[in-house]
Amino acid sequence: MDVSRDSTESAPMSEARPDPQTDPQTQSGFTAPTVAASGSAQGSTTRDRGVGTVELKQLNAYYGSTHAVRGVDLAFESDKVTAIIGPSGCGKSTLVRCINRMHEEIDGARADGQVVLDGLDLYDSRIDIVAVRRAVGMVFQKPNPFPTMSVFDNVVSGLRLTGASRGDIDDRGREALVGAGLWEEVKDRLKAPGVGLSGGQQQRLCIARALAVEPEVLLMDEPCSALDPVATLKIEELIGELKQRVTIVIVTHNMQQAARVADTTVFMLDGELIEVGPTDKLFTTPDDSRTEQYVTGKFG
Amino acid sequence: MSADQHALLLDRGNLKRRNRFNKAVEVVSTVAAVLAVAVLVIVVGSVFLKGVGALSLHFLTTPTALFGESGGGISNAIVGSAIIVAIASVIAIPIGILIAIYTTEFAPPSIAHPVRFVLDILNGVPTIITGIFVFGLLVEGNHQSGFAASVALAIVMLPIVARTAQEVLTLVPSTLKEAANALGIAPWRSTVRITIPTAAGGLITGSLLAVARVAGETAPIILLSSIVSQGVLTDPGEPLASIPYFIFQSSESPSATAHTEAWAAALVLIAFVLVLNVVARAFYARSRKRMGA
Ligand SMILES: Nc1ncnc2c1ncn2[C@@H]1O[C@H](COP(=O)(O)OP(=O)(O)OP(=O)(O)O)[C@@H](O)[C@H]1O
Ligand SMILES: [Mg+2]
Repeated sequence: MDVSRDSTESAPMSEARPDPQTDPQTQSGFTAPTVAASGSAQGSTTRDRGVGTVELKQLNAYYGSTHAVRGVDLAFESDKVTAIIGPSGCGKSTLVRCINRMHEEIDGARADGQVVLDGLDLYDSRIDIVAVRRAVGMVFQKPNPFPTMSVFDNVVSGLRLTGASRGDIDDRGREALVGAGLWEEVKDRLKAPGVGLSGGQQQRLCIARALAVEPEVLLMDEPCSALDPVATLKIEELIGELKQRVTIVIVTHNMQQAARVADTTVFMLDGELIEVGPTDKLFTTPDDSRTEQYVTGKFG
Repeated sequence: MSADQHALLLDRGNLKRRNRFNKAVEVVSTVAAVLAVAVLVIVVGSVFLKGVGALSLHFLTTPTALFGESGGGISNAIVGSAIIVAIASVIAIPIGILIAIYTTEFAPPSIAHPVRFVLDILNGVPTIITGIFVFGLLVEGNHQSGFAASVALAIVMLPIVARTAQEVLTLVPSTLKEAANALGIAPWRSTVRITIPTAAGGLITGSLLAVARVAGETAPIILLSSIVSQGVLTDPGEPLASIPYFIFQSSESPSATAHTEAWAAALVLIAFVLVLNVVARAFYARSRKRMGA
């Protein structure tokens, strides 16, 4: 039953795409390329230029009466790594969880504004939320492989449980493991339990699992904070390789890490976007004094 | 440290009393724990000592003798009990687990809480009441049957299965559900393929404990499946023999052999319950390991 295509749950994103006639977005001169329906450009390691661009427009997020993200306008460019930094509680996690619509899963949480992926507003009422998560993958702070599954079953779990055709699965699973830099280490233990790997390997397993469903965007919320320096370095190298094929947004508390991996860095404070710019500029000659205070360790 | 601060650390006259009180609480609670273990040992021990003499292969493999004759066994009671409990399990375990899945994974708190409350009440209903209820439902105007007994036992099992399953399902780390969610896996599918397999050990534990709990249930059986024909019967449409009823009946008898046979049957029953409990613990330990507890 895992290979059946259930019409309601695996409707391709493109079906939910707003009608160009009525969509205000396209009328305002926004061209809407297909949200590369899963499986298109990603067999290879690169993709068409400009695919996987995310724009936040006046994004607000709330937990009950807590206003955690305040009117953020921001673009995440394709083929780039964007780091989000800022003191604890400033809304970094909340912001990224709005991009794959995981934020609203929390009781009492809601968001408004727009998250536009390749011209398609993910907050449009016609959007299939479950399908959004296949276009926008996520890696969490703590590695969370499924404990009942083997290494390989973990990698392909997203494919199997979202109804990909059986034939693809082996190839795409292997590709994802290669892509996550884990293939050499685990090729002889694909059937061993996923939780038996080291912490760093587990985190790369989770990255492979997210990559296997071929998202356009990969959100990483402090993906290295539970890892040792060596495992962290491996993941940072991996991020550099992956940016060719997926837009990466990484939340980090480690400013050296942001400096190492990110092309663009975003600084947030109290739910607001304070400054965004090329990473080296933001760390050396920021425009805003609050950014400067933060990156020089004066607060936060 | 100033002298004022020192004073805070010094005995204010009641230190000895407090220490004595702590000691007393410790002793009382230890005694209570020892008592619980002692009760178990005494019960199991006396059943063993009194029953082991009559226990033999012949006893286990021969049906109960005709009234007044001796030399019979409990094979019909074992088979009957197995059938009654099996049917009860087939009814109660799936329904109980489904209730638990619904309340923990899908229902809003405004439904989940009342359901939990109702299950707790159901759990407290005396089994004789359950027996009478099923009597009115299935036996009155009809006749006794093993199936009627199964229905009553299923009603007794249901809240046990459902409540333990709820406990176990809530132990499944939310990070796994979140991971599945973030992969674009539909909620029902992540429940079936991730949550339930992760909790499987604990679900089995709850089910086994419920089986152990009802295997010795006697009151509903007396009402619903006690007028039993001779020989090993297997049709649940007819009244079936059972171990608890055999024990009840033999202990009512004036004959001393019958009493020993009652003890031997009790030994069989208690051994079954103990084994189930041990197996259940093993599954539980495995499940906890899986859930990182
Ligand atoms: N589940 C929740 N319920 C209520 N308020 C929340 C919840 N999660 C976060 N918040 C609040 O929203 C604000 C932003 O939190 P968020 O987790 O996005 O911060 P963060 O920048 O990721 O912090 P950290 O660096 O510590 O991870 C904080 O004020 C926090 O207290
Ligand atoms: Mg965070």
